[in-house]
Amino acid sequence: MITREDVIHISRLAKVELKEEEIEKFRKGFQDILEYFNILDEVEEDVEPTFQVLPLKNVFREDIPKKSLEREKVLMNAKHVEEGYFKGPRVVD
Amino acid sequence: MLISEWRKKVEDEGAKNAVAEVLDKIKQSRLNAFITINEKCIEDARRFDKGELKGRLAGVPVAVKDCITTEGILTTCGSKILHDYIPPFDAHVVERLKAEGAIIVGKTNMDEFAMGTTTETSYYGVVRNPYDLDRVAGGSSGGSGACVAADESVLSLGTDTGGSIRCPASFCGVVGLKPTYGLVSRYGLIPYANSLEQIGPFASNVDDLGLLLEVIAGPDARDSTNAGKEFRYEPKEREGLRIGVIKEMGGNDNVMNSFDQAVELIKAKHKVAEVSMPSFKYALAAYYIIAMSEASSNLARYDGVRYGLSAEKLSSWNEFFSKVRADGFGDEVKRRIMLGSYALSAGYYGKYYLKALKVRTLVIRDFKKALNDFDLLIAPTMPALPFKIGELADPLTMYKADVNTVPINLAGVPSLSLPIFAKKGLPVGMQIIGNYFEENSILSFARWLEREIAEVS
Repeated sequence: MITREDVIHISRLAKVELKEEEIEKFRKGFQDILEYFNILDEVEEDVEPTFQVLPLKNVFREDIPKKSLEREKVLMNAKHVEEGYFKGPRVVD
Repeated sequence: MLISEWRKKVEDEGAKNAVAEVLDKIKQSRLNAFITINEKCIEDARRFDKGELKGRLAGVPVAVKDCITTEGILTTCGSKILHDYIPPFDAHVVERLKAEGAIIVGKTNMDEFAMGTTTETSYYGVVRNPYDLDRVAGGSSGGSGACVAADESVLSLGTDTGGSIRCPASFCGVVGLKPTYGLVSRYGLIPYANSLEQIGPFASNVDDLGLLLEVIAGPDARDSTNAGKEFRYEPKEREGLRIGVIKEMGGNDNVMNSFDQAVELIKAKHKVAEVSMPSFKYALAAYYIIAMSEASSNLARYDGVRYGLSAEKLSSWNEFFSKVRADGFGDEVKRRIMLGSYALSAGYYGKYYLKALKVRTLVIRDFKKALNDFDLLIAPTMPALPFKIGELADPLTMYKADVNTVPINLAGVPSLSLPIFAKKGLPVGMQIIGNYFEENSILSFARWLEREIAEVS
């Protein structure tokens, strides 16, 4: 059973602020979907997990310096810019 | 429209006029297949007329799904959070299109961050089906499917994470391919679920699709999951193939009626038998757990700092971050990143995420076995005809519509959706699945079947 408190906890994990009226709406959906996911409990065979399908392992490349985007282009989509840097919110209060 | 028909049109009236006509058509269209029209492409058409544009796709209109970055052209991913994002670089596939002289007519509408089966989660409105405006064009690459069907482009690119190319191809009656994982570079694709998604082509027939795949596939060191393989389209039609019909992938009566008709045609020249894939019972749940988990991590980049929607005031980090995302994401995106965070959280990782990755191993095993016994596998692409707009209101009901398409992405094998016999005036698609990097086997068979169907239709 997914409770209101569970939804609030999950929304904090995902950093998505929910309005009061959204909590019940998402709770119902989570309940149905997670119940459906329980079908995996039927699978008893234990095998190695597959994280990705290609037989690739530790793809390395030579460390060769290349031209990167110009600073102006990198910053052009930011709303808060100061002295050629991104400006973010305070991390420590 | 076929590339050959387009070339004929350009010969008659010039590329500038032909492209202007396409742009007009898009503007007057009720389909809502495009989020952004690339007005500057008229310049490219002029260059073609002057003989300055060269390449295998010279002068051919191509539409690009809006989750694929295009330098200087608005790229929204169907989301409010990227409503004003102008990428400073091109995706690998866009570089390839430009190098071959293609004319990029615009950016196609899609489910927000490709999370949906009907394009109804797009912040920019639903894409309508060209065969019935009250129905969806499918998703998440709904715009890319609809624009090719309605001659609002000749070719298009989409992305397929769990069926997002094959579903709209099926619903819009065009050909669409999800290539083998790693065949096409994902550099410049705005990520949703990296281990599942591939960029792929849409076209009006198999030959055109083969050419477009040839252009976009190939090595690219900027995507570390790229397989480094080239692709050359070399159709070799053969008789007597062993074709497996996947027992676990079905459809409603309309769909099965169309599918069985096509199977009868196939039986005349090939050996057809049923094949069972027991792990598929668990594939849908495993797919959604993996996709949501990867999404929760991928979409953490939308923090309101570097690009996209932001807030006026730089408050505390937690408050700022949570508010920007609450304003910028739609419900389906919120649902998936929240459930993904939950599936990865302490205490649930083993039950959900790790278990899903183990099921993926079982799905791969079933495919390997089946593709050892058979040359190709077939199934209906979608279990139903195109849905009415609003028909799949409940999220879980919508997820279940992907039941035939998601096992392919879990395994990473290639799969093409080919239009078969229309029912009630609506298209139906058959998916043709092959072994890793055996796109040519799929395309060769599809090319033969396409002609057989045209002969009896």
